[in-house]
Amino acid sequence: MSTTAEAIHGHDHHHAPLTGWRRWVFTTNHKDIGTMYLLFSLTMFIIGGAFAMIIRLELFQPGMQFVQPDFFNQMTTMHALLMVFGAVMPAWVGFANWMIPLQIGAPDMALPRMNNWSFWILPAAFTVLLSTLFFDSGAPASGWTMYPPLMLQTGDAFPFAIFAVHMMGISSIMGAINVIATVLNMRAPGMSLLKMPMFAWTWLITAYLLIAVMPVLAGAVTMLLTDRFFGTTFFTAAGGGDPVLYQHVFWFFGHPEVYIMILPAFGIVSEVIPTFARKKLFGYHAMVYATAAIAFLSFIVWAHHMFTVGMPFSGEVFFMFTTMLISVPTGVKVFNWIATMWKGSMTFETPMLFALAFVFLFTIGGFSGLMLAIAPADFQYHDTYFVVAHFHYVLVPGAVFALMAATYYWLPKWTGNMYSEKLGRIHFWWSAISVNLLFFPQHFLGLAGMPRRIPDYSTQFADFNMWSSIGGFAFGLAQLFFIYVIWHTYRGGVGKATAQVWEGAHGLEFRVPSPAPHHTWDEPPVIREDDQDVHS
Amino acid sequence: MSNERENQNRRTTIQLLLIAVGAFGFAFALVPLYDVICEVTGLNGKTNSAPAAVNEVDDAEERLVRVEFVLSKQGQWEFGAPVMAMEVQPGKMYGADFFATNLTNQPQVAQAIPSVAPSIAARYFIKTECFCFDQQMFAAGERKEMPMRFIVDPDLPADVETITLSYTFYGVRRDAAL
Repeated sequence: MSTTAEAIHGHDHHHAPLTGWRRWVFTTNHKDIGTMYLLFSLTMFIIGGAFAMIIRLELFQPGMQFVQPDFFNQMTTMHALLMVFGAVMPAWVGFANWMIPLQIGAPDMALPRMNNWSFWILPAAFTVLLSTLFFDSGAPASGWTMYPPLMLQTGDAFPFAIFAVHMMGISSIMGAINVIATVLNMRAPGMSLLKMPMFAWTWLITAYLLIAVMPVLAGAVTMLLTDRFFGTTFFTAAGGGDPVLYQHVFWFFGHPEVYIMILPAFGIVSEVIPTFARKKLFGYHAMVYATAAIAFLSFIVWAHHMFTVGMPFSGEVFFMFTTMLISVPTGVKVFNWIATMWKGSMTFETPMLFALAFVFLFTIGGFSGLMLAIAPADFQYHDTYFVVAHFHYVLVPGAVFALMAATYYWLPKWTGNMYSEKLGRIHFWWSAISVNLLFFPQHFLGLAGMPRRIPDYSTQFADFNMWSSIGGFAFGLAQLFFIYVIWHTYRGGVGKATAQVWEGAHGLEFRVPSPAPHHTWDEPPVIREDDQDVHS
Repeated sequence: MSNERENQNRRTTIQLLLIAVGAFGFAFALVPLYDVICEVTGLNGKTNSAPAAVNEVDDAEERLVRVEFVLSKQGQWEFGAPVMAMEVQPGKMYGADFFATNLTNQPQVAQAIPSVAPSIAARYFIKTECFCFDQQMFAAGERKEMPMRFIVDPDLPADVETITLSYTFYGVRRDAAL
C-alpha cells in the first residue's frame, strides 16, 4: 500500500492508486474514502426511502391496505435507523473526508488507516441490521428510540440490532476522532482556527458532540442487551429498574444527535450563500460562537422529548426554557445568512437554490420545534404527526437539502465536470414542491390528533394523508432523478469545470484543479495575511 | 508526515479515546445517579426505602385524603390486600395489610417495589414499617401476612386529594427463576 509505505518511510513520493477492488478496500486516501462514504449513504438513502414509500403507501388510504401492522412498525423503525445512522451521518463524514483536508490545506486525514476501518465497518453494520428483515420474527419494530419494554420484546433480531448500533457507534466515534485530529493538527501554516471555513468549524464541534454522546447510546443499548440476556434489570420494573431511565439515557444521546445531523448543514449553508451572494459571510465569529452555544445547550434539553412521562413541574419548566434558549443562537445564524445576502449580487444556481430553501424550510421546522417546546402544549402534540412533521422539516428540507446543496456545490470539484444547471433546477423544484406537499399536511394531521407509528387512521384524516403520500411518492422519484443527475455529471455533464468552479467561490479547495488530483497539498498552500480564501 | 505531527496525532487520538471511554462509563453512572435523584426529589414516585422515624401529629387536620392501592405481580405469586382503598387524615398513623402466597413448590425470594402517583406526593407518603423495605424468603407454598404502616405528611399539597400507591411484587432472580 503506497500510503502506508510512505507513512513508514516518511517519503513524499506517491504511487498511483491500486487498481480494481483493491483500490477501494485498501485505500487510505481521504478522497477515495469520502467517495465511498457518499455512495454508501446514497445507497442507504434509497433503501431507507423505499421503506418510507411502503409507509406512505399503507397510509395512502384509511384501513389496512398492503402490510400487516407489525411489518409497518418494522418499516418505521428501519426507515429511521437507516436514514439517521446510514444516510445523514455517513454523508456528513463523507463530506468531511473529501473537503476538510482540501479546505484547511492538509495532505490527508490525520489517521488514514483508521479512516479506512471506520468506513468499512458501516457496510457490515447495515448488512447485519438489514438481514433481520428476512428473519421469521422480523426486524426490530420498536421505533428507532428502542424504548423498553417494547424493544425487549423484539424477536431474534434483537441482538443483531444492538450489535449493528454498536458498530455504527464505533464507526462514528472513529470518524469524529479523525476529524478532530485533522482539524487540530493538520492545518496549513497560517490557517489559524478562526480563519477556517465554517464547514470545518461546524464539523469540529459536531465531532466533539459525537465523541461525547455516541458512547452513551452504546451504554444504553448495552443495558438493553444485558437486561434481555444476562438477568440485569436496568429497565425492568419487576427487579427495581425503571423504563423511564432508558428514556433519559437515550435522549441524553438523542438530543445532541439531532445537532450532529444539522450542524454540518449549517456549515454548508454558510459556505454556499456567500459564494452566490458574492459577499463575505456576515458575522463569521458570531457564527462560530453560535454553533458552540447550540452544541452546549444540546446537552441540557433532553427531557423535552419526554414531557409526558410525569416530570415534576420544575423539571418541565427547566427543560422548556433551555429548549427555547436554543432559538437564540439559531436565530443569530438565520439572521447572519440573510444579512450575508443583503445587497449581495445574488445568482441562483442549484446549490444556492437548495441553500435558500434550507434557510426557509429549516426555519419552519425550528418554529414547530418551539411549539413543541411549550411543555403544556406538548401534551397535545406528543406522539402525533405534528412531531413527525417537525423533525422531517428539520431533517429533509433541512439536513438533506444541505447535503444536496453541498453535492451540487462540490460535484464539479470531484468529477471535473459541470453538472447540467437545467437538470439541477428540475431536481430542485421537483424536490422542494413535493417535500412540502409531503410534510406540510402532517402538521394539520398532528394538530387534529393523528398518532404516529400507527398503520391505520380515522377517516377524518384521509385527505391530508393522501396528499402527503402523493408528495412522498413524488419526492422519492425526484431522488432517483438526483442519482441520474450525478451520473450524468460523472459521465461528462455539460463540459469541463474550472478550478474556480464558481465565480464567487473562495476557499482553498478552489485552488486545486478540477477534478481534484488524487493527492493534494503535499506542499501546504501559502496563506497570506489578507488572503481572500480564508476568513479573518 | 513528520514525526512531530504523528506524535501530535497520537496524543489527540488517545485523549479523544479516553473521552469516549469516559462517556461510555457516564451512561452507566447515570443509573445510580438517577436513583439518587429520584430518592432525593421523590421524582418518579419513589418512597422512602427504610423505616422513617416520625410520630403522629397531635392536632391532625380535618381534611381527608384517599389512599388507593394498585397491586401487580410478576411470576407465580398470589398477591393481594383485604382493603384496597382508605380515607386517611394527614398526620395520623395508619396500617394496611397485604398478603402473598408462593404458588410454586420451590422456595422463592420476593421483593416488592413501591411507586406513588402523583409523584409529587411521594415524599409526603412516609412509611414507618413496610414489607417492601427488604427481600423476603418464602418456602414452597408459604403464605405471609405483610403489614405496612404509614403517615401522610400534613404538608401534603392541598390539591392532592388522592394518593395511589402501587406495589409490584416479584421473585428475585437467584437462579433466573422468574
